[in-house]
Amino acid sequence: MPFVTASTQRGPYDVIIVGSGAGGGQTAYTLCMEGVRVLLLEAGREYSPAHETPMFQTPDMAPLGGSVTPDKNFGFYDATVDGGWEVPGEPYVTVPDRWGGHFTWWRARMLGGRTNHWGRISLRNGPYDFKPHSRDGLGFDWPITYEDVAPYYDKVEMLVGVYGGDESRENTPAGPGDTLLPPPPPLVSDHLFMQRAPKLGITVLPGRRAVLTRAQDHRTIPGKLHPGNPRAQRILAEAMRNRSACLWATPCGRGCAVGANYQSTTVHLPPALATGNLDIITHAMVYEVTLDKQGRATGVRFVDAATGRHEHASARIVVLGASACETARILLNSKSSLFPNGLANSSGLVGRYILDTVGSSVVGQIPLLESLPPLNENAAGGLQVYAPWWLYQEQLAHKVSFPRGYHIEYGGGKVVPSVYTFQGLEWLTGGSYGRKLKQDARRYYGSFVGFDGRGAMVPNENCYVELDPVVKDRFGIPAPRFHWQWGEYEQRQAAHMQETFGALIEAMGGRLQSPVVTDPVKAISPGGNMIHEVGGAIMGENARSSVTNRWSQTWDVPNLFVADGGVFAYNADKNPTLTIMALAWRMSDHILQRMRRREI
Amino acid sequence: MTDRRTTIKLIVAAAAGVPALRAGAAGMLVPGAAVPGELRHYVPLMSGYGPDPNLVKAYEKGAFWPLTLNPQQRQLTTVLADLIIPADEHSPSASAAGAVDFIDEWISAPYPQQRRDRLTVLNGFVWLDGAAQLRARQPFATLEEAQQHALCDRVCDASRAPADLQEPARFFALFRNLTVAAFYTTEAGRKDLHYLGNVPLKHFDGPPVELLRKLGLDQGFPSAGENE
Ligand SMILES: Cc1cc2nc3c(=O)[nH]c(=O)nc-3n(C[C@H](O)[C@H](O)[C@H](O)COP(=O)(O)OP(=O)(O)OC[C@H]3O[C@@H](n4cnc5c(N)ncnc54)[C@H](O)[C@@H]3O)c2cc1C
Ligand code: SF4
Repeated sequence: MPFVTASTQRGPYDVIIVGSGAGGGQTAYTLCMEGVRVLLLEAGREYSPAHETPMFQTPDMAPLGGSVTPDKNFGFYDATVDGGWEVPGEPYVTVPDRWGGHFTWWRARMLGGRTNHWGRISLRNGPYDFKPHSRDGLGFDWPITYEDVAPYYDKVEMLVGVYGGDESRENTPAGPGDTLLPPPPPLVSDHLFMQRAPKLGITVLPGRRAVLTRAQDHRTIPGKLHPGNPRAQRILAEAMRNRSACLWATPCGRGCAVGANYQSTTVHLPPALATGNLDIITHAMVYEVTLDKQGRATGVRFVDAATGRHEHASARIVVLGASACETARILLNSKSSLFPNGLANSSGLVGRYILDTVGSSVVGQIPLLESLPPLNENAAGGLQVYAPWWLYQEQLAHKVSFPRGYHIEYGGGKVVPSVYTFQGLEWLTGGSYGRKLKQDARRYYGSFVGFDGRGAMVPNENCYVELDPVVKDRFGIPAPRFHWQWGEYEQRQAAHMQETFGALIEAMGGRLQSPVVTDPVKAISPGGNMIHEVGGAIMGENARSSVTNRWSQTWDVPNLFVADGGVFAYNADKNPTLTIMALAWRMSDHILQRMRRREI
Repeated sequence: MTDRRTTIKLIVAAAAGVPALRAGAAGMLVPGAAVPGELRHYVPLMSGYGPDPNLVKAYEKGAFWPLTLNPQQRQLTTVLADLIIPADEHSPSASAAGAVDFIDEWISAPYPQQRRDRLTVLNGFVWLDGAAQLRARQPFATLEEAQQHALCDRVCDASRAPADLQEPARFFALFRNLTVAAFYTTEAGRKDLHYLGNVPLKHFDGPPVELLRKLGLDQGFPSAGENE
């Protein structure tokens, strides 16, 4: 019985993990495969991708054609349960920035967390990304290098299955050659981008996403990932056989019933459960880490969200993976006489240096792509191609007005028509209706392309989360209060995105509905909007300047670890989740070593 | 302004005329207490489908909230939707594809956007029928098609509509958006567009080389080292 309750726990446990998303899932996987007894506490409900994913449902089967509502902020079919920009009964407070912008916080309350619906874009940080301060004097260096993390990127890519090109570019590394699956072939619109972008000095590469473009190699990968552990190899081989290759058919944001993309609930938790070493309590809202007299963690307190009862669970080691801002909230809420300012907070840095990704988008209409013959362009559900940052040397020579770069996520094609596909076509059709409108729809369908800039953020003092002194959630836990302020570098970077995308659309012979936004303040998306929030328990060289050490272990409490994006000392342009998983695996290996040496 | 002081209110509950809220979701708030910042607090509506609906089920229109258009309004919706998407040699009309139920469901929904759209649509109906009465002493739905076109032509493009018709033009734009949303999310609409996806494939080969060649796009990824 792997799903237990507060009263049916089967302790003693070696490790408690809080949260079952990318960080918590990876930690549970690595530890359980090596025989560690784990109790996983998840605030949301149990969730089964195999049974709950609306794979082939069409928009007309959903209320309001599947469109966005306050109940489902990314549309009816999005695989977010009890979440979105707001979670019922779990309020937060945002303090507006100088321009009136607000931080927004996306959450899910389900087993697997946000990995059920994430975009699955999986880019490695490069060497510069771990040592940004050394390069340009801004922000912080990580206490680790690309070389420290590279073996874990290899492992995670092999475990979860990531497609991509195996060519490395400046600060855009690929693994040793056998870790990636073949990328999907580019669509017509991708070919146009590939052809025209070089005119602007931009190189287009195959995209990288956690989607199985072919079945995983269950014969050789388990041996590479778990040498000398035949049981783990057997379990993983079985789990890999249970995942099918991509069907090239359905939107990944709904999740995947056949296990062809990465969700914690598909990839991490099933093999961890199969070891018999994992127990899970769902509806378990953790609010405090408990301590003994020596200041070592003894376990956690949580509210059973179903009954409202307050419960306790204990273990030798506690790992927080509730997502960066929630982990900071739990630490800040764990006040005691030993730690009056919150746990692991002797540096005063818990909740500080929250980072998101710089985002800015432009859509263009491309005459060359009008009236194309019928094509099936579902492909693997997104990002067949992308463009890595291309001005590293120019930045080094101070020829660019901002120090850190962005990559371009690109998309087009004849995707499944939604409620939004033909909204507001007047700028192209002159307001046609009748037979002419039907002709226009045929003509313009598939002729739109979108550019999303995803850029690095330099950490700054004005972005932090603390506990609100007044507002509490429905469990009585103090709500988080966010402060946010983009720096000028980020704003200039966003304006650069807009100008670049305008130029790219022009190079593709396309047109824009309205001019690009060149005002840096307006060009940038509000903080949190990219849903790449990390930091708040940053990793560093010493206990004064950071919350965690190079092993994601808190400086103050030796048996307390952070498995989510909280440890990020810097948020490069690369989407964070692959790195969250790589660091969680690395941390778990360290925990195993220390446990075996009986040090913790 | 980081020191701005805002007063917490139970915003949702205080808003007038909002349908009942789902039980058990209210946070433990102190009404009237002052904190800097804006509260993000969400309580789902009783009459909505909530934050955890069953996703694998196919829903009839009106499954979550009752449809509310009366027979005259449904007739007008039918006529106008079919003026916007008429049957042609490729596909049926909007109403034949189910657009009337879609639009009725939309403007009957409890969410704020839909409640705003409801006002726009119902006001637009009043304007349409009023304009038809002025011209021909009958409701819009029973006008000759040419007369219907003459009226629509005045409001079909807000950028060209005169100042006194801006509001009807906004209505028409919304109604057209709803009609195309309804039509192109159905089987009939997908067929009309020759949409080919949503069927499992053994492998995905990308576009035919002949098409790429015809478009002058057949050179593939730039080879390593180029543009560096
Ligand atoms: C629409 C969308 C698209 C995205 N696309 C990408 C992408 O393409 N690439 C990318 O790299 N990233 C992407 N992300 C971000 C990605 O989802 C996150 O980086 C990732 O899920 C973070 O993993 P995590 O384990 O830290 O947190 P989560 O996945 O959020 O998991 C945290 C879990 O902890 C649980 N929890 C929270 N608080 C508590 C508590 N107090 N007690 C117990 N349990 C708790 C939550 O319910 C949740 O299940 C996207 C996100 C969204 C929403
Ligand atoms: S496109 Fe492929 S990976 Fe994505 S949901 Fe569909 S089958 Fe799964």
